[in-house]
Amino acid sequence: MEPFAWQPAASPSEAASIATHTTAEAMLTLTGRPDTQQAMLIKAGGVDLLDLMKEGLVNPGRLIDISRLPDLDGISGEPDGGVRIGALATLARIAAHPALQQSHAALSQAAALAASPQIRNRATLGGNLLQRPRCWYFRSAAHHCLRKGGAHCFAFPGDNRYHAVFANQGCAIVHASTPATALAAYRAEVELADSAGHRRRVPLADFFVLPQADMHRENTLARGELLTAVWLPPQKPDCRAQYLQIGERAAFDWPLAAVAAVLDMDGTGHCRQASIVLGAAAPVPWRARQAEALLAGARIDSATAAAAGEAALAGATPLSQNAYKLPLLAALVRRAVLSAAAIDTVLPANPGAP
Amino acid sequence: MANEHRKEDAAAAGRIAGPAPLPIVLRVNGETRELMVEPRTTLAEALRGPLGLTGTKIACNHGVCSACTVWLDDLAVASCSVLAIEVGERRITTIEGLAGQDRLHPVQAAFIDYDAVQCGFCTPGLVMSCAALLARNPRPDRKEIETAISGHLCRCGTYPHVVQAMLALGTREEPDLE
Repeated sequence: MEPFAWQPAASPSEAASIATHTTAEAMLTLTGRPDTQQAMLIKAGGVDLLDLMKEGLVNPGRLIDISRLPDLDGISGEPDGGVRIGALATLARIAAHPALQQSHAALSQAAALAASPQIRNRATLGGNLLQRPRCWYFRSAAHHCLRKGGAHCFAFPGDNRYHAVFANQGCAIVHASTPATALAAYRAEVELADSAGHRRRVPLADFFVLPQADMHRENTLARGELLTAVWLPPQKPDCRAQYLQIGERAAFDWPLAAVAAVLDMDGTGHCRQASIVLGAAAPVPWRARQAEALLAGARIDSATAAAAGEAALAGATPLSQNAYKLPLLAALVRRAVLSAAAIDTVLPANPGAP
Repeated sequence: MANEHRKEDAAAAGRIAGPAPLPIVLRVNGETRELMVEPRTTLAEALRGPLGLTGTKIACNHGVCSACTVWLDDLAVASCSVLAIEVGERRITTIEGLAGQDRLHPVQAAFIDYDAVQCGFCTPGLVMSCAALLARNPRPDRKEIETAISGHLCRCGTYPHVVQAMLALGTREEPDLE
């Protein structure tokens, strides 16, 4: 890492007022050589930011540390049955939180499967949602790719086995956050605070941006803004959820494919409403609308679950090396739907899950 | 005392520190240690360099292999991914602080009994993860042990012996030795 100065922030609004760039802005260069020594960037757990700095992908002049700010890591039930999770809550705490395991099981399951125990003890939910993509060309200082301000995408002609199969025109990153898949299925919102202390809530679906809208960032976080919390809406009493992922290794690996299913069941085996979101599939958590439509009002059994798996693939545009993701996604949707509806599946769910 | 306060203040809220080296205080293995670090100095570098605690190993330096695992209070963390300047009051425990005055920590003894060491480079980190698990769960099952060590890369492949050593500690029974 290049040398940098250090400033612990006294408050969220102070951090927002000092920061001169978002990390995405600071990584955007014409030449591919980061010249960002004047940039002052906000650091929470630092899991992603320190990694980017070690790789020389960004060289901030100052880090504004928010990791020790009080009152930003609470997990609290709201009067309406929703849950507010402070941005500094770690993935380990989210995974082990008894009330969350009851109310929003798919989020607990996803948080428990992200990274390693050591990382989960440090990684904050806010930082996890704001981490930069894991595309190996984007992460390589030798590749000045489109997302960093360059003129080429190296993934299309190159090795794109881990890349997106939906909405992958222009740039084929997959969204890097594991919990985001579950949060999107719960229709969560992020809370953003500015330097004046004003807070606003934005649906996750509007917060994340596709490459077609903006190639150079993954979300609409503005300079001078801080992600302070995630809000989960209350769940109907009959809502059942399941998160599943599959990777090359059972533990400590990025998913090749993931799904979060939230089903509102009517007590007679029928699904009133379904929320199906795919992970590791698109540059944002990818809502499988055709699968949701097929499941709404349907009796959940093996046949409808399998049909939902096929419907989830509608609109897929796989690249030269990643068509294998399609049967993985279809199988995960089928299993997650059956598991959420508490119908036994033949195959084990989540090998390697704690 | 006043002197110590000033040193703490160097990293206090609102103050800008560095990029030049500055004095900080770390609580390591029950001792209070003063040292100079740059803001960019990782905890792993501070432990191995100025503090001379070379039991903590740096392999990947990216949080991927967990060889550098230490405890911050009771949490196992990758010390390569923590800055020394941000540790503050939290207690650091390294492999050097695990054993008692005249006897090994039970995890260390079990690693010897079950031959859970080969080249040994990943061992300090693995021991720290296993001891952290045992501290919060005295009778872990195979699944819990596998999850606790899932962040560790051991190129020699000692994982089965590590699991056996931990099962033996938890159950006081003979684990299945294939």
